[in-house]
Amino acid sequence: MTFAAAVILSGPWPWYVAGPAIGLFVPALLIVGNALFGVSSSLRHMCAAVVPGKVGYFRYDWKKTGLWNVLFVVGILLGGFLAAHWGPQNVAIAEATRNDLAKLGIHDFSGLAPRELFRWSALLTLKGFVLVIVGGFLVGFGTAYAGGCTSGHAISGLADLQLPSSIAVVGFFAGGLLATYFLLPRLL
Amino acid sequence: MATSNVPDISNQRVAGAQMPGQTTSALVAYLLLGTAFGVVLTKSEVLSWFRIQEMFRFQSPRMYEIITSAVLVAALSVALIKRLKVRTVGGEPIAIPPKKLGYGVSYAVGGSIFGLGWALTGACPGPLFALVGNGVTVMAAAIVSALAGTWLYGVLRPRLPH
Repeated sequence: MTFAAAVILSGPWPWYVAGPAIGLFVPALLIVGNALFGVSSSLRHMCAAVVPGKVGYFRYDWKKTGLWNVLFVVGILLGGFLAAHWGPQNVAIAEATRNDLAKLGIHDFSGLAPRELFRWSALLTLKGFVLVIVGGFLVGFGTAYAGGCTSGHAISGLADLQLPSSIAVVGFFAGGLLATYFLLPRLL
Repeated sequence: MATSNVPDISNQRVAGAQMPGQTTSALVAYLLLGTAFGVVLTKSEVLSWFRIQEMFRFQSPRMYEIITSAVLVAALSVALIKRLKVRTVGGEPIAIPPKKLGYGVSYAVGGSIFGLGWALTGACPGPLFALVGNGVTVMAAAIVSALAGTWLYGVLRPRLPH
């Protein structure tokens, strides 16, 4: 690995590198083949591939419309694996956030997510089950209903000045604030 | 969707005439771009539950700076693509289909439901996959659960307001 690559890949990126880098995926995917940057559709394509049943929403040629999206998501997993092997994984969050989370009983701030909650053995506890299983379910249901997630609405949709996407993004934050200030204090 | 009497207002690209390029080289490019995106999600730390909490508690500008600059770069790129009538590598005209507004209910309600899940898991769909790659393997269970959620939406879709 060259020195430049080592510098780029070792630590976390400042926002002015990270943000523009994310934004560039919109033109890159369009130029490769008119693909609209978005991740949550891959969940629909996977359902259509594996368990379409008699559900109209899943009865279409997923390979024709969604293979690109599924490959993109496989890539995301590989990219995470590669990046995990370069540099540290501790996230330097604000002191105020640390204090708030400590009050909720979180004490291990190493890694990308609280280790005591995000591990397999915690799935059998109420906290672990709600955070991972219920949370994941709401992500899948909500993004399908809204027709997009952070990438499809907050980035692609807002970048194309689409009104539906701005409504969706307001919803993202309404739900997120409700969970942060109402659900998490009662759960953790 | 032919079997549904609900107006197709979300994910209309799936039913639309315009299909993403599917040549072998394009498919390899999507895989490589996905890999790059997985690296970006990790290095930007937007996949971290801690960062998402920091964002929803408004205790650091970092996530807002990242999202705002990402939208600006994407918007500028899209504007340039439209202005210069840039074509795809395969020579097709580039077009972004508009999302249909309908009553707007699906965006508001679906968006809020996703927001709840985003704050609980600390991850939106892209980061779920990137986290598994990063060794937070329990997120594979969140992905399976997300697939179940998407599937239930597909079943309930004809009865939900959009």
